[in-house]
Amino acid sequence: MIYILQNYWRALLYSDGYHMTGIAMTLWLLVVSCAIGFCIALPLAIARNSKNPLIWGPVWLYGFIFRGTPLYVQLLLIYTGVYGLHFVRETPFLADFFRSAINCTLLSFALNTGAYTTEIFYGAIRDTSFGEVDAGRAYGMSRFTLYRRIIIPSALRRALPMYSNEVILMLHATTLAFTATVPDILKVTNDAYVATYAPFDAFGLAALIYLCISFTLIFMFRRAERHFLAHLAG
Amino acid sequence: MFNLGGYGPHILAGTVTTVELSLLSLLVSFILGLIGASAKLSKNRAARGIATVYTTLIRGIPDLVLMLLIFYSLQIWINDFTDWLNNLQNSIDFEVQLDPFTSGVITLGFIYGAYFTETFRGAFLAVPKGQMEAARAFGMRPFLVFRRILFPQMMRYALPGLGNNWQVILKATALVSIIGLSDVVFAAQQAGEATLETFFYLCIAGAVYLVLTIISNGVLLYLERKYMIGVRQAVL
Repeated sequence: MIYILQNYWRALLYSDGYHMTGIAMTLWLLVVSCAIGFCIALPLAIARNSKNPLIWGPVWLYGFIFRGTPLYVQLLLIYTGVYGLHFVRETPFLADFFRSAINCTLLSFALNTGAYTTEIFYGAIRDTSFGEVDAGRAYGMSRFTLYRRIIIPSALRRALPMYSNEVILMLHATTLAFTATVPDILKVTNDAYVATYAPFDAFGLAALIYLCISFTLIFMFRRAERHFLAHLAG
Repeated sequence: MFNLGGYGPHILAGTVTTVELSLLSLLVSFILGLIGASAKLSKNRAARGIATVYTTLIRGIPDLVLMLLIFYSLQIWINDFTDWLNNLQNSIDFEVQLDPFTSGVITLGFIYGAYFTETFRGAFLAVPKGQMEAARAFGMRPFLVFRRILFPQMMRYALPGLGNNWQVILKATALVSIIGLSDVVFAAQQAGEATLETFFYLCIAGAVYLVLTIISNGVLLYLERKYMIGVRQAVL
């Protein structure tokens, strides 16, 4: 354990001298995929609540496909599958994009967490109390204002506990990036394992680091919940 | 139609492995979950402490990390143990080799046992206390109380969480191909590499998971109806 720490501390923390690696990489993957996922999920959750089947149907299908298949399959499909297609290799822009491991990883993570987040926000928007919506209408708010001022702020607050779960699960899912050669924490510790043949030390160290990050996230979300959900505390 | 360029049987065999692996892991984690939930609700402080450490640690660590940790370490521990046994008794030569399937079942069962513990703990608490007291008043022994009274009633509360956990296990089996088990993902990857049609074969693998999801949704609906028998619902 000491040997691994002495030799890999820098790679574990932020860089191996050439690229961003380790904890910095894992957090970068987490933040970017959750941010993109959030931006996808909000409009889709509103669309999912529409009464028109042509609008909610495709959103449902997106959720069904991305929540019904393993993230690992999605990552493989985007990382190894898409680049094998002819038209992708012949379009310079697409070829450039899909050749990079980190782009493919971020794309698959964002699409995956976007599907789960859509479902969370969809439930929260659906369960908005009718009184709040009625009151907004009585004030003469337009539909857009109603969503912007009443429904979305209230729904996002109520979705926070579920959303924090999703972020923790996403942190756990970022470990898959190492199968696409992205140098996250697990990749660095796997290198350490290959160099030392001490699996318990190497992966145990990774487990400890992930545990610390999980607990920090849980702590931060608890604080956020106490702040944003103060009005719901019984 | 099911030939798939000659790789149909290969992928079918992988699908069977995936289903077997998920079902066995479900069984292991189900039992671990029942034990863990009983420990968490018991009066014994040591049992409660161990169960709490188990669920907190396992749920805070990514499953892939745990899988690599257990898969690579378990064999070393077993080797150490058998060496120790052999040193103790020189006459026998005792050896255990773990294959990826067994370690996959052990690992997945161990990981998702922690999630089942939480599910069952909530479900145990949801069963009215009077039911247990009545059972005890009838002179039932603890195991009989569990089998006849507690288990059938708590399953109704546990089913939604159980269904969720099952879907997660089913999808987590895809990770086992990383430690070398030839499941449906592994088969699809091999077929893709051989024919240079990775996209097509990985889509097939994804479709297999979708079909399994649809089937398990059906089974879950049936089970939910079964455990709802005799429950009066409010008519809105």
